[in-house]
Amino acid sequence: MLSLLWLIPALPAAGSVLLVLLGRRLGRAGTAWVGTGSVGLSAVLALLVCGSFLAAPPAGDAYRQVLWTWFDVGGFAPAIGLHLDAVSIVWVLVITVVGFLIHLYSVEHMERDDGFTRFFIYMDLFVFSMLVLVLADNLLLLYLGWEGVGLCSYLLIAFWQEDAQNVYSGRKAFIVTRVGDTALIAGLFLLFTHYHTLEIGQLMHLVASRSPAPDSGVVLAAGLLLLGGAVGKSAQAPLQTWLPDAMAGPSPVSALIHAATMVTAGVYLIARTNVLYTLAPDARLAVAIVGTVTLLLAGFSALVQRDLKRALAYSTISQIGYMFLALGVSGWEAAVFHFMTHAFFKALLFLAAGVVIVALADEHDIFRMGGLRRELPAVFATFTVGAAALAALPLVTDGFYSKDLIIATSLGSVDGGAWFYVASLIGAFVTGLYSFRLVWLVFFGARRTEVSRRPRWRQLVPLYALAALSVTGGFVWMPAWLGGFEPLRKLLDTALPPAPMEGAAAHFAESVGAALITILVVAAGVGLSYVLWMPRRERTQAFAAAPSVQPLVALWLGGWGFDWFYERVFVRPVKRFAHWARHDLVDHVVGGIAWLNLAGWRGLSAGQNGRLRGYLAVTGLGVVLVLAVVVLR
Amino acid sequence: MAAVSLDHVLALAAVLFAVGFVGLLTRRNLIVVLACIEIMLNAAGLAFVAAGARWGQADGQVMFLFVLAMAAAEVAVGLALAIRFRQAMKSLDVDDADRLRG
Repeated sequence: MLSLLWLIPALPAAGSVLLVLLGRRLGRAGTAWVGTGSVGLSAVLALLVCGSFLAAPPAGDAYRQVLWTWFDVGGFAPAIGLHLDAVSIVWVLVITVVGFLIHLYSVEHMERDDGFTRFFIYMDLFVFSMLVLVLADNLLLLYLGWEGVGLCSYLLIAFWQEDAQNVYSGRKAFIVTRVGDTALIAGLFLLFTHYHTLEIGQLMHLVASRSPAPDSGVVLAAGLLLLGGAVGKSAQAPLQTWLPDAMAGPSPVSALIHAATMVTAGVYLIARTNVLYTLAPDARLAVAIVGTVTLLLAGFSALVQRDLKRALAYSTISQIGYMFLALGVSGWEAAVFHFMTHAFFKALLFLAAGVVIVALADEHDIFRMGGLRRELPAVFATFTVGAAALAALPLVTDGFYSKDLIIATSLGSVDGGAWFYVASLIGAFVTGLYSFRLVWLVFFGARRTEVSRRPRWRQLVPLYALAALSVTGGFVWMPAWLGGFEPLRKLLDTALPPAPMEGAAAHFAESVGAALITILVVAAGVGLSYVLWMPRRERTQAFAAAPSVQPLVALWLGGWGFDWFYERVFVRPVKRFAHWARHDLVDHVVGGIAWLNLAGWRGLSAGQNGRLRGYLAVTGLGVVLVLAVVVLR
Repeated sequence: MAAVSLDHVLALAAVLFAVGFVGLLTRRNLIVVLACIEIMLNAAGLAFVAAGARWGQADGQVMFLFVLAMAAAEVAVGLALAIRFRQAMKSLDVDDADRLRG
């Protein structure tokens, strides 16, 4: 069964190629079958393969399948090889299962779109690239998948390319993530020049065996460079600006790429190369700081957004900030756990938001929604489940278990500290505020816009399935005070080092008392959001519009001015330089040659007037001149 | 009979040739152009004859006979061309035939 591993990424790739070749002949139904079916088959296969892996773990708790040697140049021979272990299992299952549900949803969501086939070509290509990314056994193949998902992200953000603004958003996402990718490839070069291999297992073994003696600087630099790549792809500060604009794409794209899977590639990369970060405490600290800063910045930005999808985008940035914080305090497993639960509830939220937006004829402004509780009861129920999981409502949502674990790790880990703990609690409070703010504004209050379209089974089934996962997904890792049922932890222990929880702080962090603090903070956030946006909505809006508060709201709405800053420091100077460079000296030299040729052509063709008498006169003149020279010399 | 000096004859030939050439350049009527070519041929023939007389040899006169025969053939071809020209261009103006302009 394990030997079928290669089919998991191959099936979506085949689906994509098939749609490219036969897309026009298949029609919409056929396209939907091929596009969704290939991912569905891949999901079934992933369940079977991972099931057989869990039933009988192979030696070393990892299965490696080398398909062929990619190329062999100067002793560098990266393989097209797949590597399945506990970490990749979590990612593969989430990508294929959530991916399948989102594909199914898309069949209905995109049914009236002219680019139906194109959409599924890109989506299948994305699933393939993402699977290559998480199954790659060497960093170069990982980089291939990494760039593949970046390309698909660009193509799908700019999917409605008739609107220049969408294309601009796609370009922005591509260029901003490219900044991080440059750091990543530089990190790969550095690792290769020092260790002469990019095969992950071998590389990590080499790094661990040769450290700390001579290479601590190299390990630190490599860790920081890989962090640069992760920061770009996972939309962390200071490269987070592309993700809110990425919401220009269709809602299923936001759910699959910009919430559930692609943006967590940075988390995967750092978890996969955790040996580097274990050996470089400074790089680890940088990861934790990036995560903490991002989760706070994005949380406050999410609090004031008017666009439903932008609010969710900021919440995604904030939740991935939690994952980075967990990675930074050596809570590798907690980060993977939060990735999984976040994939469920954030995909759910985006899909539900997509239904709402389509139902209200492309209305994105939450202040023009309202009262949808009775109009779209199924969407209301599932969105509320998703928002509750996002807010980490205790016990009944998966978000609680993973977020509480991160909060506990941020305090109890030997790398943790009170600052990280307080910041993550503030983040949890703000999350409770903004997630339920959306529920109150969209589904309660007076109805402001007519509902023009209602979801059918292809949209409802994924919503129900993801809602079920958002409730039950957390039960695979219960904290000790709830009985300590933790199969996910046992699985991840085979591939990742456990979090170093030691000392009195750890003892407190894992106790009921710490959990009660988390629960109280979350409850305070949700409760305050009820007060602010249910009975006192008018007063809250008036308060936000007051002159003394307005600048802060504007700052948060614009994402803390990062866009404003980049626009002035990078975008405009580059544009100005490019404009100036259009007419530089080199251009004049090259253009001058062309101009000379043109002038010569004009002069010569003016002589070719077709009048023989003219030619004869010139010939005669020539003869006279030659004779004169000959005679008079 | 006073002998006419070679220089005078050659000067006459040169003037005749120049008259023909200038006519060739300035006149637009195809018939006149042909006539100008005849004048230039005869200027060359006159130079042959004068040169033959100067050195007392018959070669110059023989060559002139060739020139005459060639001129007759040339006129035959030239007039035929003139007729075709008139049919194609509806005129005898040589400047109308400028289709080879670049």
